[in-house]
Amino acid sequence: MTDDSSPDLIALNPAYVTTTRIASALGYLPFLIGAGALEVAQLLPPGSFFVPVFLLYLFMAFVVPKRRYSHWGYDMGSDRLRIVRGYMFYRDTVVPFGRIQHIDVEQGPIDRRYDLATLTVHTAGNHNSTVTLPGLFHADALAMREAIRAAIRADTI
Amino acid sequence: MTDPDSQDTNVEKGGDEGIKLHVLGLFVGFVTGLPQLIFPIFAAFFGTRGSDNPLISIAAVSAILLFSLFFRWLSWMRFRYHIGEHDIRIESGIVSRNARSIPFERIQDVSIEQKPLARLFALGEVKFETGGGDGDDAKLSFVSVEEANRLRELVKAHKSGQVSVSHVESAVPDTDAPPIFAMDGKRVFIFGLYSFSLVIFAVLGGLAQQFDFLLPFEIWDFRHWIGMAEERGVTVENLNGIGWTAQIILAVGALGALIFVGFATGIIRTMLREYGFRLERTAKGFRRRRGLLTLTDAVMPAHRVQAAVVQTGPIRKRRGWHSLKFVSLAQDSKDEANFVAAPFATLAEIWPIAHAALIQEPDAAVRFRPGIAKWWLIRFVALVPLVIVAIWATMFFAGAPFQQAGLILFAPIVFGFFWWLEWRCYGDFVDGKQIYVREGWWRQSLSIAPQVKVQTVEIYQGPIARRQGLASVNFGISGGSLEMIALPLETARAIRDAVMEQVAGVDYALVAGEARHGTIA
Repeated sequence: MTDDSSPDLIALNPAYVTTTRIASALGYLPFLIGAGALEVAQLLPPGSFFVPVFLLYLFMAFVVPKRRYSHWGYDMGSDRLRIVRGYMFYRDTVVPFGRIQHIDVEQGPIDRRYDLATLTVHTAGNHNSTVTLPGLFHADALAMREAIRAAIRADTI
Repeated sequence: MTDPDSQDTNVEKGGDEGIKLHVLGLFVGFVTGLPQLIFPIFAAFFGTRGSDNPLISIAAVSAILLFSLFFRWLSWMRFRYHIGEHDIRIESGIVSRNARSIPFERIQDVSIEQKPLARLFALGEVKFETGGGDGDDAKLSFVSVEEANRLRELVKAHKSGQVSVSHVESAVPDTDAPPIFAMDGKRVFIFGLYSFSLVIFAVLGGLAQQFDFLLPFEIWDFRHWIGMAEERGVTVENLNGIGWTAQIILAVGALGALIFVGFATGIIRTMLREYGFRLERTAKGFRRRRGLLTLTDAVMPAHRVQAAVVQTGPIRKRRGWHSLKFVSLAQDSKDEANFVAAPFATLAEIWPIAHAALIQEPDAAVRFRPGIAKWWLIRFVALVPLVIVAIWATMFFAGAPFQQAGLILFAPIVFGFFWWLEWRCYGDFVDGKQIYVREGWWRQSLSIAPQVKVQTVEIYQGPIARRQGLASVNFGISGGSLEMIALPLETARAIRDAVMEQVAGVDYALVAGEARHGTIA
């Protein structure tokens, strides 16, 4: 169903896979530690709890980011920004530049190592009032911000 | 309270030190705030009840009252508002000071509320709605009615660009333009009939549960009630003995009383809220006044209207009664997010009001696109296993024969009926200028949004809808959202592209200007 929309979309930076892997590996670590503690306490038959948790951990931290990445895409038009994400929960959002109130470019500690950034645009709408686009090169994100700003300024003058 | 006279001179000056609230507001605030003191007073009263001297109780209660009054006075002393060139500044706080600045451009709405006691002293509470989450904090309670009107005119003047900080009393406020919609007493009464409500029983029940420790008996113990009846010579045997007809008459009487209370509640509540409803089209927007005891006076700038919602119900629809609300960033009241422009009116009355906000009704010839039925039918797939499990569980655990457990099979029919109603009532439609969505079988609503007011568009597919090839389109609008459901993905894309062409091709500075022209015309 979603195949026809993919060609004209730009993929995110591949380094985004690495950063999300690091982030989720760290984020899910407490569960792994918890399972390890149970294993050490020997309340359950050896491996019966730890092994499934460990496999799930590997899946969530290494397979899921890759899949998620492949379903992200964006397109900067001359007057609008289109962002597509998700497979199970597919969302295809369009924000006209003229409706954007302000723009953020964020960079977390992991992002900084890989020179990535997240672009967030804010509109006055209630639904979807903030739309985010992660996994951009920092320089690209800044360039996009400038382009959107210029478009807004041209609109209001 | 030491020297109110010297404070009054300050009020008149209104210079850089800012303006104080009206001193009488202190008293009004104190009296209206009394219910909040009820628990401390109770505590003080019961806490000192054991002592021999009743004077101690009185002293304790009056100490609480004085304490409250003292703090109100302190915060009144420390409260200043200041009308600047670009913003309204409010300084408040007894110990920690809070300075808030509200730029005139950010003020969505200025409303003046007059509760009964405040009305007695010609005071009003001014609220500045900013569209932000905590817009409630920008509140001046209380100032004199003239000052309230002056503030509102000032904000209006600032927003339209004619900046003039004059402290001269302008006699503008009450030039009554002919209303574009008004409700007379009879209309409000009929509206009340349709607002049947048994909420009073919930309130009484809640109160009884809260305060049952004060009652001399167990309110929920029905044996007590039977006992009380028996004391008066009525026994259960007695009731059983009076025969069928009498029992039926009693039951009908009880039901009648219930219905009467329901209607009475509806009428009283509606009368209190809607009495003297009057909507005017002023130069800047819609001005609405209503209320019997609490008079509210709200203004909605016409160019702030983002969408219109026309609502009705299955019963009132037969008589052609509808309501009209405007969606905007501002909040109308605590329990109503949208601005109520006409709570109870015929469509013939509603459309001219909508036209004043530059919103058009759907063409009579237009056929709405129905939703694709499989969007609703798929729900049966989830329901069937539930029904099977339920039947099996009743037969197995409760030991019911299949004849009884089989009654559960009616559940899908009942659910199916409601889903069918939902499907039938849903419809959407997009023309060159606006988006229309009609939905709901009980609360039937028709939402209309001009396409140029759309902020974002999102096509959404959940896991089930994706398999069906269906999608929904969600339009973000400031103050609300509009969702079209059960569309084929291709149609969803086509609609999205068409609407985006409209939105992106518009010069927004021009739109604002257009709207302003519209308000004057």
